Amino acid sequence: MEFIGQLPPLFLRTIGQTHLAEIHGRRPRRPYLNICPVLKPQDTMVKWTAEERAAIEAVFASLDYESVGRESLTRLLVVYPWTRRYFGGFGNLFNTEAIMANPKVAAHGTVVLQGLEMALEDMDNIKKTYASLSELHSEKLQVDPGNFQLLGDCLTVVIATRMRTEFTPVIQAAWQKFLCVVVAALRRQYN
Amino acid sequence: MSLSAKDKAAVRDLWSKVSGKADDIGNDALSRMLVVYPQTKTYFSHWKDLSPGSAPVRKHGKTVMGGVAEAVSKIDDLTSGLLNLSELHAFQLRVDPANFKILSHNILVVLAAMFPNDFTPEAHVAMDKFLSALALALAEKYR
Repeated sequence: MEFIGQLPPLFLRTIGQTHLAEIHGRRPRRPYLNICPVLKPQDTMVKWTAEERAAIEAVFASLDYESVGRESLTRLLVVYPWTRRYFGGFGNLFNTEAIMANPKVAAHGTVVLQGLEMALEDMDNIKKTYASLSELHSEKLQVDPGNFQLLGDCLTVVIATRMRTEFTPVIQAAWQKFLCVVVAALRRQYN
Repeated sequence: MSLSAKDKAAVRDLWSKVSGKADDIGNDALSRMLVVYPQTKTYFSHWKDLSPGSAPVRKHGKTVMGGVAEAVSKIDDLTSGLLNLSELHAFQLRVDPANFKILSHNILVVLAAMFPNDFTPEAHVAMDKFLSALALALAEKYR
């Protein structure tokens, strides 16, 4: 198949996708999500539907940042105890009770939620919004970016306790996509 | 990251509180998995209806939670206790083990939504560890 290299890129991608999709037993369709959205090479922007924007705004509107922030960070430090390595200056993090009562944990929980809220200001430019925070986390704080997903999971669990049946599968899907996009933006400056 | 005595006690304690709703938990967790992580639908192309709460989803949610219940009863030795299920998943179903993590996450989300007061941080860590150990036992026969 030497002629393949001479075909224009768009055509190549189309036939490549079609051919592979048929081999794999699926009708050809747009590349789908793994855990996080996969962008086609020419995409530079994540696309949000009106429903997704509404869902994400509804989630934020329902949250008490202080309470949810504190509990999310608490769960991160309890469920994934190795994350305590990043909070050496926070004092007593030795057990669940100490973590839950720790005022620095509470304060930082609020900071995290306010940081997530920043994305809402310009959902079409999330990469730009988090450029400096990404540099902060990679260069100064030196946080293993795998931890962003862990915090996201804890936050999702806490949101479920607050919203309960209102946290429908469709809203959860939009929220998960939002978390993936923010995490990807935060990972961007790591090198 | 093996289960301590404290973890096992926490899992048994939480399970005693939630097992009455096992069918609903299974249905909700599976429904969410199929919607939030659409790549998991590839394992169920033989079902007529993959929408949340549909009959095949309900039925399968019940099956899955039956497996979880069995795992709770065999929590002291998951690897040998779940050998049959491991063989099923390894040789017949051939589910990529990465997906166990996805379903586990959705089970935790459902537990949080349905039992917010019982799903404390301690219960959360114990359950997360248990589901991870369960997934590991399921993957035992893969290779």
